[in-house]
Amino acid sequence: MELKDKLISSYVAFENGVDINSDIHEIRSKALQNFEDLGFPTKKLEAWKYTSLNAVLKEDYSIFPKAETAIELADVKKYFIHDIDTYKIVFIDGKYSSFLSETTHDNMDICLLSSALTKPKYKAVIENYFNKIAKQDNLTSLNTAFANEGAYIYIPKNVEVEKPIQIINFTTGAENATMLQPRNLIVAERNSHVQIIERHQSLTDNAALTNSVTEIFVDTHANVDYYKIQNDNINASLVDNTFVEQQKEGICSVHTFSFGGNITRNNLNFYQKGEHIDSILKGITIIEGKQHVDHHTLVHHIEPNCESHQDYKGIYSDRSTGVFNGKVIVEKEAQKTNAYQQNNNVLISDKATINAKPQLEIFADDVKCSHGCTIGQLDDQALFYMQQRGIPKKEANALLMYAFANTVLESVKIPEVKKRITNIIADKLGVDIGFDL
Amino acid sequence: MLKIENLHAQIEDKSILKGLNLEVKAGEIHAIMGPNGAGKSTLASVIAGKEEYEMTAGSMELNGEDISELAPEERAHAGVFLSFQYPVEIPGVTVTNFVKTSINESRKAQGLEDMPAKEMLQKIREKSELLEIDRKFLSRSLNEGFSGGEKKRNEIFQMAMLEPKLAILDETDSGLDIDALRIVSNGVNKLKSKDNAVIVITHYQRLLNYITPDFVHVLHDGKIVKTGDASLALELEAKGYDWIKEEVNG
Repeated sequence: MELKDKLISSYVAFENGVDINSDIHEIRSKALQNFEDLGFPTKKLEAWKYTSLNAVLKEDYSIFPKAETAIELADVKKYFIHDIDTYKIVFIDGKYSSFLSETTHDNMDICLLSSALTKPKYKAVIENYFNKIAKQDNLTSLNTAFANEGAYIYIPKNVEVEKPIQIINFTTGAENATMLQPRNLIVAERNSHVQIIERHQSLTDNAALTNSVTEIFVDTHANVDYYKIQNDNINASLVDNTFVEQQKEGICSVHTFSFGGNITRNNLNFYQKGEHIDSILKGITIIEGKQHVDHHTLVHHIEPNCESHQDYKGIYSDRSTGVFNGKVIVEKEAQKTNAYQQNNNVLISDKATINAKPQLEIFADDVKCSHGCTIGQLDDQALFYMQQRGIPKKEANALLMYAFANTVLESVKIPEVKKRITNIIADKLGVDIGFDL
Repeated sequence: MLKIENLHAQIEDKSILKGLNLEVKAGEIHAIMGPNGAGKSTLASVIAGKEEYEMTAGSMELNGEDISELAPEERAHAGVFLSFQYPVEIPGVTVTNFVKTSINESRKAQGLEDMPAKEMLQKIREKSELLEIDRKFLSRSLNEGFSGGEKKRNEIFQMAMLEPKLAILDETDSGLDIDALRIVSNGVNKLKSKDNAVIVITHYQRLLNYITPDFVHVLHDGKIVKTGDASLALELEAKGYDWIKEEVNG
């Protein structure tokens, strides 16, 4: 059976586990209809021209894991940022793991979407925010149709969350192939501050497909920093759909570190709904083999006096392929917008490919919009220079690549995250240099 | 220290060095002068081991060991230092960290542990003072946005840190104002000892007022065509290179 048919036919089973008379289920049912009409994206769609899910969709995925699988903390500790104290919301094959998690309801809610969707206490927030900015496209609709579990983070006004929150989705591979659809909702009320780290990690070589949706609301003068660490194993694919709505003076940064996985597609969308907003979108992609990473970003400047900063660096080896499609829309009312977009790529091998497409749609006349896109190789002169100073070619290469990506790392605010990313990069480049630049 | 015999080298089938002989002993300073296109920078690159240049004949020994097949970093570990005519900008790597990496990679190659942080800092302080380098300068990205003079001074700073056996200064005077020239030359002179050697490659005599060579060689069309003492440099300054060409051709 095709995956689409399988998903639709198993919907009845899904409905057994949720309240089908709720408003939420109304939203889900509509979304299912939407997905049924649209189906999975194909390369015929402009937005999917360079990314094909065909091979990934052929796997016979288990949609509801049959058994709960326990995992030992010692086995998975390395996937956490464990050298600092954090809140943790951890899922194993889509099921909440209270054992690995550390949640709170003390002055804020850092917990599960499944309970937020059903308990009266959260009704107002859910009504105001759930599925309000998620697109109605095929994969987001599919996620919405099955939306039930994920992280729920609600930070009331003036609260500064004292430690970062980690959202981790493990796939155990207990089934032959697993499909997961986590759904996260994050609301940062006026003048609050929160830092979030998200990771998807498959623990075996069995195929895994994750279709994730995250909605982030950043209220007036609130500050949200979001870090996505994508370093999954080669049989795990991810479609990440993230939607950010910012109000007046809100600041939100999303850093996406794409180092592993089979096919990784990041759909990152920012909507600016007030003045003096700053949106920061940054990413480092370092891939090899036949890996594929696709960044589709959108920044929608709707109000005047706002800024957006995009900086994506990519290093592609072997036959790996990358896509960067950065769309910036500046509405007629959005005067004095300052939109910056930078996308630099290095192709290490002749067989690697990058498809880069900056897309600017500017309807206002008093704006500053800049974009730069480069595709090149590592500088031979610089390599020789470093070798001449005694740095072996491999290390010199690594240092150059690290330096190339460093503009993105500079803005990472959690030192332990920066250290982790640095270690992953050193590991990927096969060097043992403490890049302490 | 360095012994080059009958060196032939080419780049992309274009022959540049055509039978060059040069012997540099420990404690000596050699100047290599010559008109543009004579092959001066090529000689520097070939000694340092730049891959684009192919050595087609001859031999090249450092302290009795053949270095012609060594990778650039191996030559650096053996004690060869090249101060670049155009130092490369490396954004994202600070001067300090580059120098640290550089020193520790060389130590690693010699089977030594990393230099202790305290010792490293002490050395950085000492050498930056020698070259009158502002401490702030050391935390900037390597050569990025540096003026021509700053780049050259930074090269000599690295040389001071690495303490090479053989230093080749390729057009180190270009882009230097008179003060910077004095500082750089002073640095080189202080680093000079009976155990190391310096090759100064220059188009003009100016630098040689500060760094006095024991030998001056004139390079023309890929060969050393004339060798003399420091007075030869003055003669070249006064008369230009045409008479040498005539002497060679005539």
